[in-house]
Amino acid sequence: MDFLTLVQVLDSTVRLATPLLLACLAGLFSERAGIFDIGLEGKMLAAAFFSGAVAFVTGSVWIGLLAGIASSMILSGLHGLASITFRGNQLISGVAINFLAAGMTVLIAQSWFSQGGRTPSLIGNARFEGIELPFAIGPTDAQAAGRPLSELISEAGPVMQFYSELISGHSVLVYIALLAVPATWWILFRTRFGLRLRAVGENPAAVDTAGISVVGLRFAAVGICGVLCGIAGAYLATALQAGFVKDMTAGRGYIALAALIFAKWRPWYALSACLLFGLLQALALRSDVVEGIIGFPIPVQLLDSLPYILTVVILAGFVGKAIPPRAGGEPYVKER
Amino acid sequence: MDGMPRWADVILVPLISLIIAFAISALVILAIGEDPVAAVKLMVAGSLGSTYGWGYTLYYATNFIFTGLAVAVAFHARMFNIGGEGQATLGGLGVALVCLALPWPHWALALPAAMLGGALFGAAWALIPAWLQAKRGSHIVITTIMFNFIGAAVLNYFLVNVLRPPGQMDPATARFPEGSNLPTLHDLLAPIGIEFSRAAPVNVTFLIALLACFLVWLLIWRTRLGYEIRAFGHSEPAAKYAGISPTKIIVVAMLISGALAGLMAINNVMGESERLVLNSVEGAGFIGIAVALMGRSHPFGVLLAAILFGFLYQGGAELALWTSIPRELIVVIQALVILFTGALDNMVRMPVERLFLALRRSSKSRQAAE
Repeated sequence: MDFLTLVQVLDSTVRLATPLLLACLAGLFSERAGIFDIGLEGKMLAAAFFSGAVAFVTGSVWIGLLAGIASSMILSGLHGLASITFRGNQLISGVAINFLAAGMTVLIAQSWFSQGGRTPSLIGNARFEGIELPFAIGPTDAQAAGRPLSELISEAGPVMQFYSELISGHSVLVYIALLAVPATWWILFRTRFGLRLRAVGENPAAVDTAGISVVGLRFAAVGICGVLCGIAGAYLATALQAGFVKDMTAGRGYIALAALIFAKWRPWYALSACLLFGLLQALALRSDVVEGIIGFPIPVQLLDSLPYILTVVILAGFVGKAIPPRAGGEPYVKER
Repeated sequence: MDGMPRWADVILVPLISLIIAFAISALVILAIGEDPVAAVKLMVAGSLGSTYGWGYTLYYATNFIFTGLAVAVAFHARMFNIGGEGQATLGGLGVALVCLALPWPHWALALPAAMLGGALFGAAWALIPAWLQAKRGSHIVITTIMFNFIGAAVLNYFLVNVLRPPGQMDPATARFPEGSNLPTLHDLLAPIGIEFSRAAPVNVTFLIALLACFLVWLLIWRTRLGYEIRAFGHSEPAAKYAGISPTKIIVVAMLISGALAGLMAINNVMGESERLVLNSVEGAGFIGIAVALMGRSHPFGVLLAAILFGFLYQGGAELALWTSIPRELIVVIQALVILFTGALDNMVRMPVERLFLALRRSSKSRQAAE
């Protein structure tokens, strides 16, 4: 395998890891506050549809992004209503949200666009284009030279290849996702809000005793979760691909959940877990590369299911123990 | 404290939840510019108006009875088995391997063997999550979700690389031998002079599903094991104190649950498609969750809920055929049923409870006044 192939694989790793990372951090906020969320998948899916649909109608990807976030927040609110206000089962609520999104997106897409449950393709400003960082070889250089971009990059030196292919050329949401990691760490571990949020996931009664609203904190966490899932979904429909297609999240919400366990509910580990799972997804697309490295073919199905297998191994506690927040999944009932 | 009489708990609350779920579904149909009344009429006519419609309704219901019972048994031990989908997928593999292994002379021989195959594979796929829950404390919900995906990959691998006959393009097994084809309800009813649609896929598995309902009821409420499962579900410390082994209950309950989900395959794989294809389960494993919640984890409730969902499924197919309402409407209804009978249960329960308390108080005060 040559250097350029490696850079290309890493490049698609970053692209594929971005939605996982955003959803994983979303789950991190929610679960750190004691609200299990297996509805990440559904929220991403809803956001993917509404961002794609609104971006197509308005022609502005930013309005689309806002619509995506709003739809994800509505589902978050529903999850909060069920699991915080009415103290229902958080897992069942998450399952319901996943199905609600899976059904509603197709239903509305069919009703609005009549294209078999998809939105029309997004072009121009209705889509997040890659950002060209300074000095990087990008589409403008390719246009100026009148040659395809891939040719220009393959002729450049290794450092330039690395910079142009891997560092530059991603949509703004990729950089936002990467910045969200230190931001999450800072919020959770360096602010008063973060301390309280973590406390409410470990021992809500103690937080309540201190005169802080458990319900308010948990709703705040669920709300942040909705925003991040919304960005993740919008990324799928408006940056990674050009438009919404039925079930386009394709289990990413569950992989994000797996990454969250893999990361043991910590932000920086979440980044590495999501990059790992992104790499696995990228390699599943390039099984020729895998065969080139190890010398014999690996079934693509094995590569596809490796994130899930790894998560089960982690959950089994064979590679360090994953301990979830202590009050996770339990509705808080004030003693009277 | 008993806020309300038992009938309200068992019938009234689920009924109100169901009505809310259906009312919102009607609003959804309105919102996409269709007529809900016409839609319901079409659904009823298409799924209950002919023996053909009934045949499909009961065929789908058979699937949902198995997956619903699977979820219900796990619920009794206070475990949430989301893995019905994967267990039914693997059950399909088990059934296919059995059906393809021998040139079966008659279905009566093939059926018990295939049932064993499906149940064993389904149970095996539930065993690892169960063991991890019992021994390592890994959350069963997460592990069963993961096993759904792993199961799909395993099936994909087997169909593409192992079981596909040479020269065939689509990832599916060969057709099962003639002798393993199950008799449909038409074949069963014809000798006693009842006309039933020849084309509908409902088959002898429906009767086995009814039997399964009865056996699960027997197990849960009439055996020592069932008592232990329920005791464990109510309170793990109390069960432990009474000498019930948590490991045993978790593993056994999940094995039964997985076996039931795996048994679904004799309906859809052996009874209907008569070969194994990709994604043969078609989400029935997840519908089992809605069915179990709606049926309050009671086999009789599961049976009724499964028939209701069978009706919705067949009705939804008819809608998709004759109107511009896509089949996904059923997924929405399913989601709303799970939401209202499961997650938002307290939203309905609390006001009803308060109502009954108020009624009791006013009748008491009236008695006191007299």
